Amino acid sequence: MTQLLIEAGRTERQYWRDLWRYRELFYFLAWRDLLVRYKQTVVGVGWSLIRPLLTMIVLTVVFGKLGKMPSGGLPYPLLVLCGMLPWQFFSTAMSESGNSLVTNSSMISKVYFPRLAIVGSSVITSFVDFLISGVFLIVLMLWYRCAPPLTVLFLPFFVLLAFAASLGVGLWIAALMVKYRDFRFIVPFVVQFGLYISPVGFQSSVVPERFRLLYALNPMVGIIDGFRWCLLGAQSDTFWLGLGISVIDVIVLVISGIWYFRKTEQTFADVI
Amino acid sequence: MRDIEAPSTAAAMPNPAITIENLGKRYTIGHQRANGDGMRHAIEGAMRAPLAWLRSRRDKRLQEADFWALKDVSLEIKQGEVVGLIGRNGAGKSTLLKILSRITIPTEGRVRIHGQIASLLEVGTGFHQELTGRENIFLNGAILGMPRAEIVRKFDEIVEFSEIGEFLDTPVKRYSSGMYVRLAFAVAAHLDPEILIIDEVLAVGDTAFQKKCLGKMGSFAQSGRTVLFVSHNMEAVRNLCQRVIWLKDGRLHEDGKADETIEAYFNSISNELSFSFANPDYGLIIHKVVLKNELGKESSQFRPGDDLVVEVFYDAQKRIEKPILAIGVLGINGSCFTSNMLLDGHWPDFLEGPGQITCTFRSIPLLPQGYTVKLSVRAENVRDLIVAYQEVAYFSVVGDLADYGYKGEFLTWAPHSTPVVVPYEWRLPDGTTAAVALRRPTFDSADHISSDLGDHPLTASVTSALQGI
Repeated sequence: MTQLLIEAGRTERQYWRDLWRYRELFYFLAWRDLLVRYKQTVVGVGWSLIRPLLTMIVLTVVFGKLGKMPSGGLPYPLLVLCGMLPWQFFSTAMSESGNSLVTNSSMISKVYFPRLAIVGSSVITSFVDFLISGVFLIVLMLWYRCAPPLTVLFLPFFVLLAFAASLGVGLWIAALMVKYRDFRFIVPFVVQFGLYISPVGFQSSVVPERFRLLYALNPMVGIIDGFRWCLLGAQSDTFWLGLGISVIDVIVLVISGIWYFRKTEQTFADVI
Repeated sequence: MRDIEAPSTAAAMPNPAITIENLGKRYTIGHQRANGDGMRHAIEGAMRAPLAWLRSRRDKRLQEADFWALKDVSLEIKQGEVVGLIGRNGAGKSTLLKILSRITIPTEGRVRIHGQIASLLEVGTGFHQELTGRENIFLNGAILGMPRAEIVRKFDEIVEFSEIGEFLDTPVKRYSSGMYVRLAFAVAAHLDPEILIIDEVLAVGDTAFQKKCLGKMGSFAQSGRTVLFVSHNMEAVRNLCQRVIWLKDGRLHEDGKADETIEAYFNSISNELSFSFANPDYGLIIHKVVLKNELGKESSQFRPGDDLVVEVFYDAQKRIEKPILAIGVLGINGSCFTSNMLLDGHWPDFLEGPGQITCTFRSIPLLPQGYTVKLSVRAENVRDLIVAYQEVAYFSVVGDLADYGYKGEFLTWAPHSTPVVVPYEWRLPDGTTAAVALRRPTFDSADHISSDLGDHPLTASVTSALQGI
């Protein structure tokens, strides 16, 4: 017979077992968000394609044509799209998962389940969008007759890294948002700002030497450069430095994110 | 783990299902600031004077007022027991349930739970308006902890129980509130835990469905599983539970047989003088609400056909223009009758200072049952509630229905049907007529008063009081 001990000031031992027991909830919540997202829309899932397409055009015009940034011999739209897919995944996951606990507050105050499922499923939802947008990238690569180099085999690693980064940041913001709704204003700002400090519309090589270390602290730098390296073979000067820092960033984010989330999780129902 | 054998083993050897030791939950009052203020306060403090801020954080616990929603609660519930949890609003019932359901953690003490536990603090948690009934069954099931395979297996049963039929593939936002609640309860009712915690889920839905839910919970209880049932509906508690736990001000006040504890609870409530509702915005305090019989004596027991006098003692610290009072009497199945100044137009011009308002319900046509009195006070603009509609008093109607013209072997069924009875008359095919009335025979006409004297000790006092007038 299952035994459960609830005690003051003590985190539950069976936390991870519970998470496993509720694993289907990740799927169901993500499924709900996906179902709901495009209900009563005319274009439906098409939005997952239109959004990156339009952003890509704007960024190509602004950075490529007007800003005349170097493309390293690659088609600029492709360069932009390679950076934009992981960036959009990360930024959407960050805002969605950041809001997720507050949006689902009625569930949190009325029923028990590992709250990590809510944040996790938000990241999964954004990930599905990312995969759909990925189709668009394949089409564009075919259009430019641009075959990916062998390094494409490392792509899953960078996808995983992007996923972990999203989850780590998502956990932090979601937990903070429960107590401090200020993050509702901070997150959109970070997303907007982040687009310009991440190599989405340009390549990392245009960043001046003396700013590179500071620049590389952004976990998305290594991830986006990694995507370009895998798909287009484009290797910026700061690639390895950026990658190393990104991996450390992501590990720190995920571990600290889980730590903070678990620390505050038990009082969510009291505070939210 | 689903232990189907549990009931029989439990009967032979009642192991504890829930053990609670010295449980306490503290909330800090003033902790919840307005949204967004929290972080500014924290950051500003930290930036301006880091040391002072750290020190204030350390001392904060001492400055803010603590409130123990639950304190020193210890009890044990055995396997297979069906236990009712009663108490006034704010007595700590919800807090206890939230701790048992693992929604929040206790500040002190511990709880041991043996076996799979599920709790229904609200039906329809996680329902999404945009999703169809079918989709919501799966989603809600998953949130309540049902594995997908189990939902698939019970799907047809759930749909049938919910009676939503052809609307299965309609988004729930198009459902009537009744359908919504039925579907929600249907999912919850098919959870199959060893220990079930239920909070007031019966407060929703139409009467027929409420009965169905009660039946489902009854059969669940009879199957030997452990149930902890929280409700303000004393009849439902009495029907379902053998044992009742009464919480008062966060502490365990009484724990015993259902009938005795409920009786004690009723008596305490009707004698309670400290009760008060206040609305500081309007400066209105309702000190107490007293129920009296036609002799002007305080009482919590009435007989069918008695007058029910509801006296509301208030103190209007500010002048309140044209307050609108509504008093309602509710039985097991919901509202029986109300008096409402909004409808009858007899509101006072203003209230100022202490005073009282009395409403006398003449010859209450009620069957023996437990009843609740609710009160609300609206502002002159009708829209704003000065006192929200809430329970202010309880009373029970007692009496042998045989005395009031009821007869037959099904008499015990009567209180479970609709409680309000107006006088009526049957005319049968053979031309015979039969009149039925809940009024006391003594009040039918003046002639009867003298002839019935002595039959009923209570009637005797009524008559003497009447003669005194």
